[in-house]
Amino acid sequence: MRAIYRRELRSYFNSMIGYIFTAVVIFFISLTFRRVNLLTGFPYFAYALAGATPVFVLAVPLLTMRSMAEERRNKTDQLLLTYPVSVQAVVLGKYLAMLTVLAVPLLISCVCPLVIASGGSGSFLIDYSAIFAFLCMGGMFISIGMFISSLTDNQIIAAVGSMGALLALAIWPEIVALIPSTPDAALAGFAALLALAALTVYGLTRRPAPACAVGGVGAAALAALWFTQKTNLSGMLKNFLGLFSAPDAIGNFTDYYVFDIKGLLLFISVSALFVFLTAQSVLKRRWS
Amino acid sequence: MIEVRNLTRRYGGNVAVNDLSFTVERGTICGFLGPNGAGKSTTMNIMAGYLGLTDGEVLLDGVSIADEPERCKRMIGYLPEQPPIYMDMTPEEYLDFAAELRGLERGERAEAVEDAIRLTGVEDMRDRLIANLSKGYRQRVGFAQAILGFPPILIFDEPTAGLDPKQILEIRELIRSLRREHTIILSTHILSEARGLCDKLVIVHRGNLMADGAPEELERSGGGRSLDVVVRCGDPELVRSVFAELPGVTDVSARTEDGEVFASLTRSEGEDLRERVFDACVAAGFPLLTLRPSDASLESVFIRLTSGDGPDDADGETDDETDNETDGDADDGADGDADADNTGDGGGAREDTPAREEDAEGGGGDESNL
Repeated sequence: MRAIYRRELRSYFNSMIGYIFTAVVIFFISLTFRRVNLLTGFPYFAYALAGATPVFVLAVPLLTMRSMAEERRNKTDQLLLTYPVSVQAVVLGKYLAMLTVLAVPLLISCVCPLVIASGGSGSFLIDYSAIFAFLCMGGMFISIGMFISSLTDNQIIAAVGSMGALLALAIWPEIVALIPSTPDAALAGFAALLALAALTVYGLTRRPAPACAVGGVGAAALAALWFTQKTNLSGMLKNFLGLFSAPDAIGNFTDYYVFDIKGLLLFISVSALFVFLTAQSVLKRRWS
Repeated sequence: MIEVRNLTRRYGGNVAVNDLSFTVERGTICGFLGPNGAGKSTTMNIMAGYLGLTDGEVLLDGVSIADEPERCKRMIGYLPEQPPIYMDMTPEEYLDFAAELRGLERGERAEAVEDAIRLTGVEDMRDRLIANLSKGYRQRVGFAQAILGFPPILIFDEPTAGLDPKQILEIRELIRSLRREHTIILSTHILSEARGLCDKLVIVHRGNLMADGAPEELERSGGGRSLDVVVRCGDPELVRSVFAELPGVTDVSARTEDGEVFASLTRSEGEDLRERVFDACVAAGFPLLTLRPSDASLESVFIRLTSGDGPDDADGETDDETDNETDGDADDGADGDADADNTGDGGGAREDTPAREEDAEGGGGDESNL
């Protein structure tokens, strides 16, 4: 894993990608920093950082698009998969390398709270917590982008797909709000989620039995809910989907100055899930 | 030692490799032959652990690649068809990375990298970006990666593709020198290379095993190895009659060109005709210009085995060359046509090897045939 990590990191900074990524992120963070903190005198850098969220949506795919797709296109995956290293180690090495690249602009932005403190009262705990939360959210974005990159050998498709997915995550609360508040819609929503879960299980195991088991148990639970909690069903769906809201989680850090452990758990667990799925997607290709 | 047992690989409904079984002993070089799309690369990818297998098993020194992939991968050096190199690294960086990935200790890593660089002759290029190297050098860097740390089993998918004639000789010599300590399997469609280098040949066609044995055995099964003789004489009939009388000669064909007669002598098994041919030429007063074993016999075996639809076609005897020709024409594949051209050539000094034909067909005319 260390070999992969070092190679990837070197490759990001041997090519322009690492520098461009760092420059773009730093540029937009400094824009909001100047607008929010320097011009208006607002003392929390966390709030400025929140304004820079869109740049993550645009820049992270730049980082992740080549991660798996390029190996496949250049057939260098034949090296990685025929050497005595596990696919999980390869994927994790790449993931950590991208996380390190992402950490570079965030580390540089650690100067900002010091600048604020030099001219007034800074809130280091709040600001550095927010930077840390952004690193975790970026980690989640990276894992999703890496997974999408593992599905294709075309970097453009990987980049556009990742941008779409991350954009959807960035406006997640708005998307959830668009779901009609009727029991029928909630039923359809839950059914769709259930189908997705069953398909994922089938994709991973390649056996119908576990997928049917997941689908069956889920369907039974859903039927039970439908008959007992019909009126609450819509609220349940929205609450459930709301659990995955990255903007709400990050908002707790930047707007309410709360160290949101639940939010961090969301970022870390989704990252772990997509790192796992990426490895599975690579392994699955051995059979297709 | 490599044991492949009943290996089958399907892609959806297509069978890429069908019930393939063979073994390669330690200390031997096994040549893997077959037309393009025969399943050679798929089989090698499975043996190296890159692809999964649908059925059967691959045992490396008795260890199954499906059960203990990491242990098996530790034993393998693999050069895929397209060398798996990173364009943004120098050969030295790349090999150092590969050595670390292979799990070599820090101390032995530098030495392993040095050995690989020296043996493959990339010393002069070690600090250049791989992106700036020529195709031949890239191939050599890929080769260096495969022999890094000298794993006991070496798998080379067309190791000499894209190299210039001198490099081809060097790589062949290198492979030969590795034979003693390693089990080597290599694919090629250069038949002279297969015969010169390999102790054993496995011929596959459309995923099926068509033949398996030492080159000489395969040639014997194809009617024995013939002898190409060129003498200076104006009359091919005279030459034919002189050679036809020699004991051990079963068939003679001759054609004339610029006052030279090109004769092909088919011999019965186990006979060495060379001295007799020389004596006959002296006695008849023909200046002997060339006397060498023919390349055509392995070729004809190869063509016979790989021109049909599958294993059923191959059961025919050697005498039905014309049958093959019609098979080839009726065939939907491009290889069928190429084969038909070859078989139609009849005896004599055959110039077009199937490899050349295929290269022309496949558009990848960069392979050099020596």
